[in-house]
Amino acid sequence: MRASLPWFSRNVIALSAVALSVGVLAACSSSGSSSSSSSTSPSASASASSSANTTPISIGASLSLTGDFSADGLAYQKGYTLWAKDVNAAGGIMGRQVKLTILNDASSPNQVVTNYQTLINTDHVDLTFGPFSSLLTTPASAVAARSGYAFIEGAGGAPTVFQTPQNEADHNVFDVSLPVADEIMPFVNYIASLPASQRPKTAAYPMAQDPFADPPVQLAQQKLQALGVKTVYSNIFPAEPSSYTPQADNVAGKAPDVVVLGSTDVPTVAAFMKAFETNHYTPKWFVAAAGPDQGAAFITAVGAGNADGMMVPNGWYPGYNNAQSQKMVNEYVAQYGGTTSDVNADVAEAYSVGQVAEQAIVATGGTDNAKIIAYLHSGVTLNTVQGPVKFDSLGENGASAAFMFQWQDKGTKFTQVLPTGAQGSVTIIQKSPWATS
Amino acid sequence: MAREISQAIVDGILIGGVYALMAAGLTLIFGVLDIINIAQGVLVILGAYLSYSLSTKAHIDLFVGLLITIPVMFIIGVVIHWAFIRRLRGTERTAMTLLVTYAVALIIEGILYKLYGANDVSLTASYTGTSVHVFGFYLPWIYVYGFILAVVLVVAIYALLYRTRFGRSVRATMQDETAARLVGIDVNRVAALTFGIGVAVTAAGGMVFGATNAFNPNSGYDLISRLLAIIILGGLGSIGGALAASVFMLVVESVVTIWSPNWAIAVFYAALVVVLLVKPTGFLGRKEVRAQ
Repeated sequence: MRASLPWFSRNVIALSAVALSVGVLAACSSSGSSSSSSSTSPSASASASSSANTTPISIGASLSLTGDFSADGLAYQKGYTLWAKDVNAAGGIMGRQVKLTILNDASSPNQVVTNYQTLINTDHVDLTFGPFSSLLTTPASAVAARSGYAFIEGAGGAPTVFQTPQNEADHNVFDVSLPVADEIMPFVNYIASLPASQRPKTAAYPMAQDPFADPPVQLAQQKLQALGVKTVYSNIFPAEPSSYTPQADNVAGKAPDVVVLGSTDVPTVAAFMKAFETNHYTPKWFVAAAGPDQGAAFITAVGAGNADGMMVPNGWYPGYNNAQSQKMVNEYVAQYGGTTSDVNADVAEAYSVGQVAEQAIVATGGTDNAKIIAYLHSGVTLNTVQGPVKFDSLGENGASAAFMFQWQDKGTKFTQVLPTGAQGSVTIIQKSPWATS
Repeated sequence: MAREISQAIVDGILIGGVYALMAAGLTLIFGVLDIINIAQGVLVILGAYLSYSLSTKAHIDLFVGLLITIPVMFIIGVVIHWAFIRRLRGTERTAMTLLVTYAVALIIEGILYKLYGANDVSLTASYTGTSVHVFGFYLPWIYVYGFILAVVLVVAIYALLYRTRFGRSVRATMQDETAARLVGIDVNRVAALTFGIGVAVTAAGGMVFGATNAFNPNSGYDLISRLLAIIILGGLGSIGGALAASVFMLVVESVVTIWSPNWAIAVFYAALVVVLLVKPTGFLGRKEVRAQ
């Protein structure tokens, strides 16, 4: 007989514990041991003009091939793979082919640590490349620092990545992309350039709890407040609430002129856009820290009509006027299909990581991580598909330029709009009404 | 402030309807089979993807599409039971179902990744971006329809359980499996059909979830802990309890969001603990459900 109350009570308590912890369990388990290894086979022969060492250069990386960051992680995988393929097709680096080993961290900060320990201590890779997101880069870079590895990455731009005790001691982190803290400054500068009568009066700053999303939004809030833009909403919400609707309704109820959303992904932006639409509220300017930069993936989720006028900061876009970038975009389309708008910034970031490593290996004559760290801190300027890279003492890219991009032409064109005087910038537009308005 | 609280309560009620749709199948399956279906979150996403395919490939309206997705999900549920669940026996059966259903979740997630990729998608229709203005509040039509659908499904499942011969078999199995066997009930068949119905109901939850959120194959894992909390608070096995608990939990979370969105989730689970301390069987515990 199983219906007696004591049995039931015990099981309710047990199940309560399961309910409270299963989210954590699921996350941990989903990030567990499933790993995939993709290798670029060293098929081409070594260049005759290089040194006698033709051993493949083994490079290890952990990427979020499943889990919350999987869309970005898979794009990163394509970027790393595309770079390795290009290098190997050209005869390798100094005659040595590149062999990539990519493990799946399932978007888990715990699994990413395990993966880099495996890559360094078991696989003994020559070099490590970074994972996706600041959230995972911080713990991963600490593992690399303990073993004296340079940690070249493209998606860990949050201040928390560079301000760890390990990096301040070992200086082993090198982010080839735009530091995130300043990335919304082009928009702030644009507002400052407007005549006072045309400036927005109010602004809202909803932020997902994330080291990548919050710092640029908080800096933008501080600067816009100094310009006289009144803050009507500023709150940090958990990255995965039951629903974004209450927060979004709260913002819509205050009808600010500007919304600067500290988002980490497409679903967060999509939820706020949908809630604003059903509230018949359209901000004049809508900036999201991440999401609209995801190209076709963003349009699929929100619809082209609604995307019109959405803005996102970044350091690169498929139309970037750079020969290396255009070559990479064409190769991407040839290999993976789709159109140029399908190539999101993750691919360029990952490709740039490879390019920086390649130039460091050539300059130092091998894969000695100590020499590579010293070289990258020497003040040298390197070339990538994202433009010039020059590292400061903490490994941030001081040569990168911040741009603001916007969906225009009814969501069919993703284009650079800020800084207004920069080459390639077109006229910024205010957010268009929602498709159902 | 009064307006903000009112808005939060309205939001909580409407979002609670969506969560009730997602939790109904979970509580039904536990009530009858003592199975903690960890795959429920992924099944919600599977339901959303089925609606997505019908909507984008065959241009079938989301609600009309349920006439197809519900039977399909029923078959999937029966197959899952036949392939994975029915073999589990013995005293560790309930614990084993945790592992087995988690494996099912991983399999389904892998298939969805293969078929649809990792990018987020969402369900769109003429009513997913529109709203009705009532007493100063904009009520999104999709949430209104979702809430009505939740109530209709709760009533339908009650009718199935308490007004049909099959329902009597289900309740007999819930009360005492051995005795049910002795009076001639095919317990295995009842179990398979019940699992199928539980999964079929999830098709509706998946459709409304997908119409209110962008989703990818991994989105289900964020749901399962909340769904488990809801069915425990509502009373394990109680469909009506799941609806009441969903609304209660989401209203609490929405109201707390006004002051501190970051504390809202903590309060969500704190509410579960507090209610269980006062009433360990939840709003409508299985003992009460079985006594109905």
